[in-house]
This record gives sequence, C-alpha cells and structure tokens, in this order.
Amino acid sequence: MDLHQLWTILSTPDNVPIVLLLFVVPFYTWYGLRQSFANDRLIAELEANPEMAKTHHRKTQPWRPEWTREVHVWPFLLRIEFLAAIIVTIILMVWSITLNAPLEEPANPTLTMNPSKAPWYFLGLQEMLVYFDPWMAGVVMPSLIIIGLMVIPYIDTNPLGNGYYTFKQRKYSILTFIFGFIVLWVTMIVIGTLIRGPGWMWFWPGTTWDHNRLIFEVNRDLPDIFGIHTRVPKIIFGAIVVGLYCVLAAIGIHKLITRTAFKRKIYARMSVLQYTTMQIFLVIMLALPVKILIRLMFRIKYVWVTPWFNI
Amino acid sequence: MPDTNMPGTNGQNGSSTGNGSSGGNGSGRGGEGKLAAVLADAKAVQARAVEELRETVKAPEKTDVWKSILRVKHDETPRSRALGVLSNVFLHLHPAKINRDAVAYNYTWGMGGMTFYVYITLVFTGTLLMFYYHPSKVVAFRDILYLESDVPFGKLLRNMHRWGAHLMVIMVELHMFRVFLTGSYKKPREFNWVVGVLLLVLTLLLSFTGYLLPDDQLGFWAVTVGTNMARATPLLGHDGPFGPQMGMTAFNDVRFGLLGGSIVDSNALLRAYIWHCVAIPIIASLFMIVHFWRVRKDGGISGPAPMMLESEIKEPKKV
Repeated sequence: MDLHQLWTILSTPDNVPIVLLLFVVPFYTWYGLRQSFANDRLIAELEANPEMAKTHHRKTQPWRPEWTREVHVWPFLLRIEFLAAIIVTIILMVWSITLNAPLEEPANPTLTMNPSKAPWYFLGLQEMLVYFDPWMAGVVMPSLIIIGLMVIPYIDTNPLGNGYYTFKQRKYSILTFIFGFIVLWVTMIVIGTLIRGPGWMWFWPGTTWDHNRLIFEVNRDLPDIFGIHTRVPKIIFGAIVVGLYCVLAAIGIHKLITRTAFKRKIYARMSVLQYTTMQIFLVIMLALPVKILIRLMFRIKYVWVTPWFNI
Repeated sequence: MPDTNMPGTNGQNGSSTGNGSSGGNGSGRGGEGKLAAVLADAKAVQARAVEELRETVKAPEKTDVWKSILRVKHDETPRSRALGVLSNVFLHLHPAKINRDAVAYNYTWGMGGMTFYVYITLVFTGTLLMFYYHPSKVVAFRDILYLESDVPFGKLLRNMHRWGAHLMVIMVELHMFRVFLTGSYKKPREFNWVVGVLLLVLTLLLSFTGYLLPDDQLGFWAVTVGTNMARATPLLGHDGPFGPQMGMTAFNDVRFGLLGGSIVDSNALLRAYIWHCVAIPIIASLFMIVHFWRVRKDGGISGPAPMMLESEIKEPKKV
C-alpha cells in the first residue's frame, strides 16, 4: 500500500475538484432522491384517497389556508441570494488562499508528460479513447452526448413529474439520467483522474505509479477470434455483429419501456420520430459500457474492422 | 424653510455688530456697517447650510438626488417592495413575488444563481489578469511568474480564477442534475433546457481554452491531447474516417483551423486567448441573457409545483 502515491494523486491541485466531486455528487443525489421518496409517499397516499386528493395542496411542504401562496422577492429571495454570494465568495477565497493553482515547467514540445492528461472534465472522454478510436471517442460521442441531452425534453412524453421531485412517476428517465451522468460521466472522470497512471495504465488507488511497468496484453479483433482474416469477410462479419447488437439492444430497450401498464401508457403517447430518436441515442449510449466490458473481459479491441474506420 | 430662520439669525448678528461699532470711530462707521452686514449674511448662509445638511442626513430619501436615482419610495408597503424589484435594472429579472416554497434551498439547490455569480467573479478576476498577460509565446509564461511573485495579490487573483473555473463546471453539472430530477425541462421549458445544454458546452470550452494560456507543460499537453482528437474528425480531420478521401492534410483540416497551425504554438496561444477572453464570453453572455429571460417568460421557476397523479393524465392532442 503506497499511501504516499495516493496522497500525491489526491493532493495534486487540479485533482482537488475531483475529490470535491466525490463528495458533492453523492450528497446531492441523496438530497434530491430523499425529496423524491418523500413526494412519492404523499403521491401514494393521495392515490389511495381521492377525497384527500381533491382538497390537498399536493406538496410535502407545510401549508395553511391563511398563508399566502407567494412571498415577496424583496426581501425573501434577495436575502438568500445575497447570503449565497457571500458564502461562495468565502469558499472561493479560502480555497484560493490555501491552495495554489498549478504551474509546471514552460511548455516543451520535445518533453512529453507521462501521463499527459486533459483537464479533469474531459477525462471521461480521454478514458473513452481506451475503448474507441479517437474519431469515435473524441468527436462522435461528445457530439452525440450534446445532441442527446438537447433532445431529452422532446422525447420524454411523460407529463408527470413536472416541477417536483419524484422517482416513482419517472423511474425510467431518472434511472437513465443517473446511469449516464453518474455511472458513465462521473465514474469515467474519476477513473481517468485517480486510477490511470503512466502510459494510461490501470493503477488501483494505493499502488505505486511504476513508469517502467509493462503489461503484456494482446488485444484481438473479434473477427480474428472467429478465424476470419481476409478483408471483405471481416467487413461483412463486423457489420453483422454490430447490426445484431443494435437489434438486440433495441429489443431490450423496447421490452424495458413497455414493461408496466403505466410505461405502456407513456409509450403510446410517443410519435414514431420520438421513439426512433430515443432508441438511437439509447442504443449508442449502451454501446459504451458494452464495449468497455468486452474490452476489459475479453481483450477485444475492434468488433468491426474496415479499411476506413474501426469500431 | 430659510425664511423662518432669517429673523433669528439677523437678531444675533445685530448684537455682534453693536459690540463692534462701540470700539470704532465715526468716519469708519459706514464701512464697518457694510462689513458687518456681509458677515451677518455669511453667518446666515452658514446657518442655513448646516440646517439643510442636517435635514439631508436625517432624511436622505427626501432629496431630489435620491429620488432621481431610485425613482420610487422605499417604505414598507407591499407596493414599494414590488417596485423595488421591478424598477431596478439588476433585479428586474426577478418577478415581484415568488412561490413561497421555491425560496427554500432544498428545491433549487441555488446552483443556477451561484453559477452566474461565479461567472461574474471570473469575468472580474479575468479582466484584472488581462492587465498582466501578453498572449505571446515569448512572454506568456514569464507573465505568470511575474504575476505570482511581483504583482500585489497576483497569486490570489490567479488562484481565484482557476478554482472559480473549476467550481463553475461542477455547479453547472449539478444545476443540470437538479433540473433533470425535478422534471423542469418539461413543457413549457423544453427550449430553455436546450439553451442550458449549450451553456454547459460553452462553460467547458471556456475552461478548456483558458487551460493553455499559462503556456506551461500542463496546459500544453492537455491542449495537445484535446486537439489531437480533432484530427480524427470524420470527413474533416486528416486522421479521421474518410478524411484523406476528402483531401484533408495536417495543414488544412479542422485541427489546423483550431490551432492556427499544425502544432500547438504561438498562433494556438493567440487563438486560445481570443476565444477565451473575447469570443466565448460574449457568446456565453448572449445565451445567458436568453436563458434568464426564458426562465421568466416560461412562467418563472418550475416549482415546487403541486403534484400530478397518474389518473389525471390528459389524452395527448392529436396533430
């Protein structure tokens, strides 16, 4: 156990935001879901008791009929904003006084840093380079993430849960977002920052970053395992496998979104275009963990090998 | 007001002139009388000024200057409180009144507002940093050393800018998480979510372009790694699928356009500087204006809204 190495990684100034992320993301996930579950309990109560649903104010916050529904922004909101500004300033000040921004040697194109890492918020993308070629990990996937985030409001046809925390009414969309945000985005940033060492090799926290370490790993392409070595059969075989994955993933996702009566109701509200868009983005999103698994478990580098691109 | 004071002060001055005249001779009496009158006037003016000053200090809100700046009364009536927000250019993005549960921290987490506040701090510290920085390969690194060792509070300034940038990225991501968990992107706020996604991308780009500016090993290799991906852009990068077939080389592809060269060098530094300090802040500010304006136009903050039950779902309108 090399605690010094662990401390060196954790205390690198630019890694401090990741350490912060490790605390802040779980906290706010808990904080949001706790309110979701509290609301879900009230929803269950209201659904069981229609009389109560008619008169209830439908929030978990306390309410009395003599209270006004709205309060003045001045002073009730502005004082909070003022306080928040002061607190953020203090946090930023203390952080800036206690920790110096990193400054290394002058830029030197002849001396490569090992490991040379992108800023932490892009380390998820850099980690993706292990599993996909740069055109996929660095260009296609980021573009799809951006577009995929943008289309969310247009493909989510569930009218429930608009403006309040709930889990029960939006199980599918919340789990999908948590999977994308926490499992894929944040976890891959954490892996890229804390675990990837020299040569972008995997070093568990606490092990020494050995610059001379060698890993004898033979990465294979899927067609090679099946004994296909010539070009045209490789292209055809890869296309079949990728196509098969897409069909299977799409069927799985379809099964998942039509599992309960409520989900079928939401599904019935979707237009063909909405459904297709959702399927495309989810199938591609799911391809990432699938590729990670077959890479880490079976040491498979490419599934589909062509002279122009490899997946 | 001055008229009522005049007799009193005159009387006082009258007694002092009487004392002065007793010591003088007959020939100077006419001149002394004039002098005494002037002194009396001066004292009267002084007394008036003191009186006016006292009233101004006691009730500054009654002066014309005050009224011209604030335009409305600030007494504790609901109307004044509303006008205090609505008639103020900085506060009028707020409504006059807000959902009583929305002011509690637990619904919004305050992340959107705090992100904006951190952005303002970054503009402020960034502007100060620009006074000490030349975007040239020769002096950029030396400017940082100079900033850290010789400029008063230079190190604090740089630290605040750096950590503020990191804080902003974290806050933007948490803001997006909250908006998703509360379903606030749903009707009628769909488009504002799209604007928000663009702002997230612009935040990341702002942070990334700033990374190169110190011109040290960290920034240089981070930007090298980052822009190397651009060379693999399908169709538009010389290493990407179908790039060579489109006639892309290292000297005309999309990476060349980003860096102003085929390697990360002085042109890349200048381009990063201009994107970081001028272009992206302007674009981001424009999107922020739209984002905030849409929050208001889409009906203010999304909740906490009364919960809807499954049995209350209306049939969608047929197109």
